[in-house]
Amino acid sequence: MNPLWQLLLMRARSLWREPSVLFWTFIFPLLTSVALGVAFRNQQLQAVEVAVAQGAADQATAARLNADPGLHATVVPLADALERLRRGKAALVLVPGDDPELKVDPTQPEGRTARLLVHNALERAAGRVDAVTLRTTEITEPGARYIDFLIPGLLGMGLMMSGAWGVGWSIVDMRTGKLLKRLMATPMKRSHFLLSFMLSRSLLTLLEVLFFVLYAKVLFGVRMSGSLPAFVVYALLGSLTFAGLAILIASRAQNTQTANGLMNLMTMPMMVVSGVFFSSSHFPEWTQPAIRLLPLTAVLDGLRGIMLDGASFFALGPQLLVMVAWGVLPFAVALKIFRWS
Amino acid sequence: MTAISVQNLVKKFEDLVAVNGITFDIAEGSCVGLLGPNGAGKTTTVEILEGIQAPTSGEVRVLGRAWATDAGAIRERIGLALQQTQFYERLTVRETVELFRSFYARGLSVDEAIARVQLQEKSKAYVMKLSGGQKQRLAVAVALVADPELLFLDEPTTGLDPQSRRSLWDVIDALRGKGRTVLLTTHYMEEAAQLCDRIIIVDRGRIVADGSVQELIRSIGGEQVIEIATSPTLGDEQLKAQVPGLARVTRRGEVAALTVQELHVAVPAVVAAVQAAGATLMQLSTRQSTLDDVFLALTGRSLREDEA
Repeated sequence: MNPLWQLLLMRARSLWREPSVLFWTFIFPLLTSVALGVAFRNQQLQAVEVAVAQGAADQATAARLNADPGLHATVVPLADALERLRRGKAALVLVPGDDPELKVDPTQPEGRTARLLVHNALERAAGRVDAVTLRTTEITEPGARYIDFLIPGLLGMGLMMSGAWGVGWSIVDMRTGKLLKRLMATPMKRSHFLLSFMLSRSLLTLLEVLFFVLYAKVLFGVRMSGSLPAFVVYALLGSLTFAGLAILIASRAQNTQTANGLMNLMTMPMMVVSGVFFSSSHFPEWTQPAIRLLPLTAVLDGLRGIMLDGASFFALGPQLLVMVAWGVLPFAVALKIFRWS
Repeated sequence: MTAISVQNLVKKFEDLVAVNGITFDIAEGSCVGLLGPNGAGKTTTVEILEGIQAPTSGEVRVLGRAWATDAGAIRERIGLALQQTQFYERLTVRETVELFRSFYARGLSVDEAIARVQLQEKSKAYVMKLSGGQKQRLAVAVALVADPELLFLDEPTTGLDPQSRRSLWDVIDALRGKGRTVLLTTHYMEEAAQLCDRIIIVDRGRIVADGSVQELIRSIGGEQVIEIATSPTLGDEQLKAQVPGLARVTRRGEVAALTVQELHVAVPAVVAAVQAAGATLMQLSTRQSTLDDVFLALTGRSLREDEA
């Protein structure tokens, strides 16, 4: 009866027998990616809606516009046409006549496309001869879709969440129930206790990563551009980073409410700025150096680098440095200030 | 051989003195109870002996060793149950005992430890499915798994219903007489009287009495108590003048409790005193002195006061 093995068994059993752990680790990210994958799937662009105001030669004008597959024109009274523009149901209003007028909302990106297409269609109908003939080839490349961006994002978020709650919450719960105190009164080696958390966390991470890679491939055709072993090792390091942070958070908290608050404080801001759902490049330039120093940013950049761009493990030096620093320093502090009772 | 030796033990927290200079020795093989109301400093004392808390000052030796130099060796040889430990809910009884067994070099088999507390039927049940009494028995099984020379039980039956309490007493009783030393804390005088051959009464961080149940009761001057209610009430002086062997009078509301040596002498004298004073006897009953009477005599307060 090896004590480390028994501690590991205890961790594994308490995870395995806790249905909510399985739900948050496996089912929840799967459901999220299905929901977001459906909502943000890449679609064929729809024809641009144009409202032609009633007037001279309105039907003929509409017919000329409709000859372009990229346009869809409808004839309506002027007032209705303007109403459609206001509501975003039409990208442009065309008032026909000898001197046709275009009404466009300058803040709508569709408006610009509509203006170019309408201009082009009317010019061609009037007999313009194009000076340059362009040949167009259409390409849709896996790796550039939203779901490709999202899968590593959700995995990184999952590693952070299960690290924080799986390790931090469990420790505080054991302290509240005096189990930590009871264990401390035995000859148990403290290193065995902490090691059991690290090992069980890594084991669950391994399953988590393989599950993500598999369902992403089967359901969404997300490819693994880089090396799978590198991806797994990187994810393991990321997960240990969050475990180290979680142990620090849990080192003194006397009840699970406090621990929950602290863990929300750590995870929520990173979920927003580190780029789980959208790229962190949307934040202003001056914030970028700070964002790059966050552990979740480092984890996500690395996972995306390997999965989407085929980056090698060693090309991710700066990210690895950030991750290891966030794992090792808090863990060292936690060992100093950890309370067993 | 002394199993535990404590000299001038003091433990101060920021704003209170929990243990205020306690000295006692416990001989190997005895079962000793630390009895006192909540907040008397029992748990703090025991946790210092268990190596969980460090004393502010004073000398502690457990099984002849000091915590500062021999922590590992002491931990191998002691067993303990804290006041209500919450074990992992989704581990079975057997898995929990097995986990704790793995920390010790020597000890009982897992089955033997479970059998000692009569939890065999529940050995495959999850901890979350156990009743309060069964959880406490599991805590005792975990305390026994190293087959310790010295066993600490901190309020083992607090919060249990009378039946579970009695069944746990049977378990603890069975542990005695195997040469093991047991130190238990309790604020139930029945528990101390039932299980311990020596009782140390503590109050406000100090020892107020120390001895066997008989010794403690003798120390307050009598083993019998007569409780009377009369109308009008008789004064203490009146009673003391007329009742031979009356050691003390304590009052709770209308009822006066008279501690006496011999009932067959005292009762007729009490009845005579009531008649002589022209008063009416409303109530008369007798009982044995208890540890509560001892505590009341020594501190002026009842052990039961804080009991809900």
